[in-house]
Amino acid sequence: MAELLLELLSEEIPARMQARAADDLKRLVGDGLKAAGLEFKDASAFATPRRLTLVVDGLPTARADVSEERRGPRVGAPDQAVQGFLKATGLASLDQAEKRDTGKGEFWFAVIRKKGGPTAEALPGIIDAAMKALPWPKSMRWGSGTMTWVRPLQSIVALFDGKVLAGEIAPGGQMAPIKFGDTTRGHRFLSNGPIKVAGFADYTAKLRAAHVMLDPAERKQVVFEGAERLCTEAQVALKADEGLLDEVAGLVEWPVPMLGTIDAQFMGVPPEVLIVSMKTHQRYFVTTDRSGALANRFVVVANNVARDGGKTIVDGNERVLRSRLSDAKFFWDQDRKQRLAERLPALKDIVFHAKLGTQAERVQRITQLASQIATSVPGADISQVEQAALLCKADLVTGMVGEFPELQGIMGRYYALEEKISAAVADAIGDHYAPAGPNDRCPSAPVSIAVALADKLDALVSFWSIGEKPTGSRDPYALRRAALGVIRIIVENNIRLPLKKFFSADDLMAFFADRLKVQMREKGVRHDVVDAVFALGGEDDLVRLLARVEAVQSFLGTEAGKNLLTAYGRAANIVRAEEKKDKTLASRIAGAPDAALLQQIEEKNVAAALAEVERLVTPALQREDFAAAMQAFAGLRGPIDAFFEKVTVNVAEKPDLRLNRLKLLNQIRATMDSVADFSRIEG
Amino acid sequence: MSEPSARPKPTCFQELILTLQDYWARQGCLILQPFDMEMGAGTFHTATTLRALGPKPWYAAYVQPSRRPTDGRYGDNPMRLQHYYQFQAILKPSPPDILERYLGSLAAIGIDTSLHDVRFVEDDWESPTLGAWGLGWEVWCDGSEISQFTYFQQVGGIDVDLVSGEITYGLERLAMYLFDKKSIFELPFNRADSEVPLSYGDVFLQNEREQSAYNFEFADTDMLFRHFADAEKECGRLIEKRLPLPAYEQCIKASHCFNLLDARRVISVTERQSYILRVRDLAKACCEAWLATQKEAA
Repeated sequence: MAELLLELLSEEIPARMQARAADDLKRLVGDGLKAAGLEFKDASAFATPRRLTLVVDGLPTARADVSEERRGPRVGAPDQAVQGFLKATGLASLDQAEKRDTGKGEFWFAVIRKKGGPTAEALPGIIDAAMKALPWPKSMRWGSGTMTWVRPLQSIVALFDGKVLAGEIAPGGQMAPIKFGDTTRGHRFLSNGPIKVAGFADYTAKLRAAHVMLDPAERKQVVFEGAERLCTEAQVALKADEGLLDEVAGLVEWPVPMLGTIDAQFMGVPPEVLIVSMKTHQRYFVTTDRSGALANRFVVVANNVARDGGKTIVDGNERVLRSRLSDAKFFWDQDRKQRLAERLPALKDIVFHAKLGTQAERVQRITQLASQIATSVPGADISQVEQAALLCKADLVTGMVGEFPELQGIMGRYYALEEKISAAVADAIGDHYAPAGPNDRCPSAPVSIAVALADKLDALVSFWSIGEKPTGSRDPYALRRAALGVIRIIVENNIRLPLKKFFSADDLMAFFADRLKVQMREKGVRHDVVDAVFALGGEDDLVRLLARVEAVQSFLGTEAGKNLLTAYGRAANIVRAEEKKDKTLASRIAGAPDAALLQQIEEKNVAAALAEVERLVTPALQREDFAAAMQAFAGLRGPIDAFFEKVTVNVAEKPDLRLNRLKLLNQIRATMDSVADFSRIEG
Repeated sequence: MSEPSARPKPTCFQELILTLQDYWARQGCLILQPFDMEMGAGTFHTATTLRALGPKPWYAAYVQPSRRPTDGRYGDNPMRLQHYYQFQAILKPSPPDILERYLGSLAAIGIDTSLHDVRFVEDDWESPTLGAWGLGWEVWCDGSEISQFTYFQQVGGIDVDLVSGEITYGLERLAMYLFDKKSIFELPFNRADSEVPLSYGDVFLQNEREQSAYNFEFADTDMLFRHFADAEKECGRLIEKRLPLPAYEQCIKASHCFNLLDARRVISVTERQSYILRVRDLAKACCEAWLATQKEAA
């Protein structure tokens, strides 16, 4: 058993691509090995900013010749089948195949002989194929070459059983081939010259000595633990950030966390501004103090062990942050000199969309919508809603948002608070883009709800009006997210808002319905129940719709519910079967059965039970007490069961009796369908 | 690689330029002078845009004054200029040790990698007006972006024959970092011990004020629209005459007119896209015409 070690050294690989590339390399080489009949025990892949490394354990050093038989199509089968067979087996023509009688007819058979031999001879081809197939999200050419890789490829270590594999990768053009070898390089700044390796254990040990931690998991751990230690010493708390941790681990081969300090003059700038500068632009970890507020320390992870212990690096990073933050502070100070309301005219210069006018026009629409919506939001003060809506986009023309677009809304809130606008209005300005995704916080304050809904409904209605509807793959204006936002705000806050008040397009309502279905499916609601409620049509109050869905689903979970569903199915089946035979039947069995024609006690009982159900259900539906409505249905079960046991519906000799009984069954169906279309429920 | 720079560590803005010129000259680059027209970045210089195309090797380095009218701040913002300098090196085809050569240039200007943290952070470059893109990095030194590094893949919408490695140093930003200044205007332009020591502000502050006023307030937009249209027409006419170099100058002119119009905010967001496409069409035509002359000569 032997080990394969492969290292592809290149110029710096983007952090976001490393993990995926390591997995792909492992998969592609693994598949290649298996296809060549080379079984192995284990494979692991690693990535650093400069290398992809794969180690495969437990490979045989040689393969025996193997021959494999494959049955093809029947002799005389159509050409298409024959061609498929030839292609799959790699035969040139049927001359190379054998005819054999299997007892079930004559078939073509291919005997594929795979030559064995030393594994080392098969590996270069497998490596080459895997490299060609590796799907980098973006790749490039370099020099005079034609080969593509994520960044220029520099060297390849390819060792099998401790020996260099005979092989090379040709970048093309005038460039020298990159020969498989046994030497690599260590850290770009902390190591010098080539490093000769004998196998994976030797490789990792020598890399470590050359200041390269191969395993990203280890680098993450070193970053995290080092950062925690620094924070503990400084009596601050590290703000955990898994995404940033992954990214930082992909930017360094030898992580050295260091603690920096934010200049005191910037601590008065809103924390979100500091966080964007530190986290997004500088990849620093932020820290908090005991109260959970942003602390004045940050953690930067260097890729170097500096000879002055990192003093220069920390100084430099503090300096960069200072200059970034003084830019931000400059905007913070400048922006506060102008009131948000004074900025509104400038929104006339910002085009929202060529066909939908400027941001000023959009604000006008949002304001109008918001005040309409506010009447449906308990506790929403109309004048506050109007003020918030009017100002919600004003921060787009501030210097800060110009520089940090991701702070839109957030800055508007701060500027509003600075000019002593009420907190409810300021919060609504800050909240009105929310929720930005399924995990984002959903606005819950009344004024915020009204403005956030108006913002999204305006986008949906406006883009719909110019025919910019999302398609399967394209949703450039994020209208799906807007619709999901509307749904979440309405549902989570129990807002009774008939959506049809704001638009008439049926396909927009259907769009909402689809989003709602997706959302409910994710929450584990049965899709057939959702369909059954949606099938009623005409419902544009999402809260009521969901209450109905919930009641139906929980009723169906009870014994009574299941039995009643069976009874409903029987009644519906009989009616449907009869309707099929007689096209005029449907119109004749509409309406209540004739009491005079009810003969058997079981019939009368069903009619009585239906009357009782209706007496209970109608007001329950009016009060939207769907649970009570479903409970009322439970009383139907006994009479209906008895009916099916004792009563014959299709009494051919008495057509009026038959018709009346069908009416009775139809009424069962109609009564139940007033809550949901039970025919859509899957038993 | 020939011997590294023999120059001492730069102490002022002009020494930074001299050191980079000296270093890249020793790396085999032609030292060219700035292109004598207004342009948004060193990439627009024919030494990059056009020379990046075609089968001939090309090593060059130069300073390019760059104008970005919308970035003007009347000299009020310590870190923003509408007129600044880029130093650009282009190595075509990119040699295998280009990153080591680049790191050598950092050593030459006094960045000691045993003290600093130099990092290559993914940054793909795209110029919509030139129809050009490439992959590369921003180079960070202790968290500060000190250069852009790009491997050109396409220019003028055309796949390059040989890939150029393009290195761009934003000189003011780099100098602020090297000389530890909080404001561009405080940068020493020449040596402190010169007979007439001057700061960057002494040389350029008034220019920033006046040019910002021109860019944002007084540029005659009707005239600029006319100039744009004229340049566009002239460019097309020259392409027909198979004169790619003068044609390309008209393309540069159109591009700068567009930048000024943009600063005057007279181009709406949607129109903006169509203007960019019009400039791109010119750039593309010039690149194609240039490439034809290169292939004929080869």
